[in-house]
Amino acid sequence: MANFLLWAWLGGLMIAAVAGPLGSFMVWRRMAYFGDTLAHAALLGVALGLLLQVNISLAVVLVCLLLALLLSTLVHKRIIATDTLLGILSHASLSLGLVSLSLFDHQSIDLMGFLFGDLLAIGQHDLLWIALACCLVLVILVSIWTPLLSITVNEELAQVEGINVAWMRTLLMLLVAVVIAVAMKVVGVLLITSLLIIPAAAARRLSSSPEQMALLASLLGMLAVTGGLALSWFYDTPAGPSVVVIASTLFFLLFSFPRSFRLS
Amino acid sequence: MSEVLLSATDLGVKRGNRWLIKGVDISLEAGQITTVIGPNGAGKSTLVRSLLNLIKTTSGDITTIKGLRIGYMPQKLKLEDTLPLTVARFLDLGRHKQHQLSPQLWHDLLHECRADKLLNHPMQQLSGGETQRILLLRALLRKPHLLVLDEPVQGVDVTGQVSLYNLIGQVRNILGCGILMVSHDLHLVMAATDQVICLNQHICCSGHPEQVSQDPAFTDLFGPQGAGNLALYNHQHNHHHTSHGDIIAGEHHEGCDHG
Repeated sequence: MANFLLWAWLGGLMIAAVAGPLGSFMVWRRMAYFGDTLAHAALLGVALGLLLQVNISLAVVLVCLLLALLLSTLVHKRIIATDTLLGILSHASLSLGLVSLSLFDHQSIDLMGFLFGDLLAIGQHDLLWIALACCLVLVILVSIWTPLLSITVNEELAQVEGINVAWMRTLLMLLVAVVIAVAMKVVGVLLITSLLIIPAAAARRLSSSPEQMALLASLLGMLAVTGGLALSWFYDTPAGPSVVVIASTLFFLLFSFPRSFRLS
Repeated sequence: MSEVLLSATDLGVKRGNRWLIKGVDISLEAGQITTVIGPNGAGKSTLVRSLLNLIKTTSGDITTIKGLRIGYMPQKLKLEDTLPLTVARFLDLGRHKQHQLSPQLWHDLLHECRADKLLNHPMQQLSGGETQRILLLRALLRKPHLLVLDEPVQGVDVTGQVSLYNLIGQVRNILGCGILMVSHDLHLVMAATDQVICLNQHICCSGHPEQVSQDPAFTDLFGPQGAGNLALYNHQHNHHHTSHGDIIAGEHHEGCDHG
């Protein structure tokens, strides 16, 4: 097997493993559209990173986090309905990113790569960064699992019980921002949310506990990455979208199972 | 007098140009049941939520004993269908690391709340009454000094309401905790309450149930009909009901107007 395929596969597997539990939280907390908005903002981060000549991943994390904080402030102030607000910010940041990227030299920027991912371009160096980021996210996620679950069930109850709800929410957004920054390589900003949401949603039907769903989502995500890469290898299809196609297929397959079917 | 767990003075919450509550003084003691009653929009939930530090207050001070543990039962629980969560797991989330019920007490309360058979059910499949009992149980898990219940009987049928109020009374006796309860239901609450607070933005009147029901401010707030209904409850021993609930005529005392 070619080396670049191995790197792509390993990188994809690691991201899928982290996307499982994180995506589960996004599904439970109805953050799908929110994740989309952040992912679109990642493009703006790329532009900013190029402009200021800093590490692109770092710029993406920062921009995503800033937007997340701005979003939660605006939602809190109830200026306008949340879905409308997300719709505005999502496309505004995407367009702003596209416009600012167009100002750079066209040769040096792989716009399609940013939009739809370039899994097969992952090198050893990228792999190291993906591994580090994934480990960090996973460690933090595991250590705050219970309070995070508590605020997901009911924020007021959690707060009365002594959990710092605002801090937990910010931390979750930070983790999403980090995963978006690394997953951008794999599926691109337009498809990142699908890698987070689809495996988790597919796992729901089979799970009877939150942990089960998170774990199963990881496994399904890894399966989708493997299948997508195979599809891409044998039929020369774009890797990122292939992964998403396989994930969606898994979702529809699992949802055609009878409702009563559960892992015990 | 028993220990004051929480007291607030001159509590006020202003949103926009409107005071939701204003100038509220309240003091909650261990072993006492305090009920806040008032019409819709009187600011009952606002009061509770500001005491719990869930919303910002515009004026006033809240002081509590050191390390006050509060068990809170929210008005209702809205759970996403996408979250697979059994009753047992939901209860586990409410456990306190240091302060836990003894196994015996836990067993008793589980039994009292009729929750033993529900533990393996998904939370989303519980009925309204079952959900309320599980919420109460979760609030008790931390062995709270103070139990705060925001309209605990919402969505529960009348028979269920009576048993839930009985349960709350029993809990007070078992745990010795103070209880703050919100209700807009005058009839059932009054019997099990030590202190009643009538709220309508400010405190209209407060005190023992009998005392309050005589207060002109109380009649103003709920109208003669509502207040009269309450008198009916207090004087219940003056008449009897058939099995259908009809009132059998008997010697009535004054103020006992069945309309």
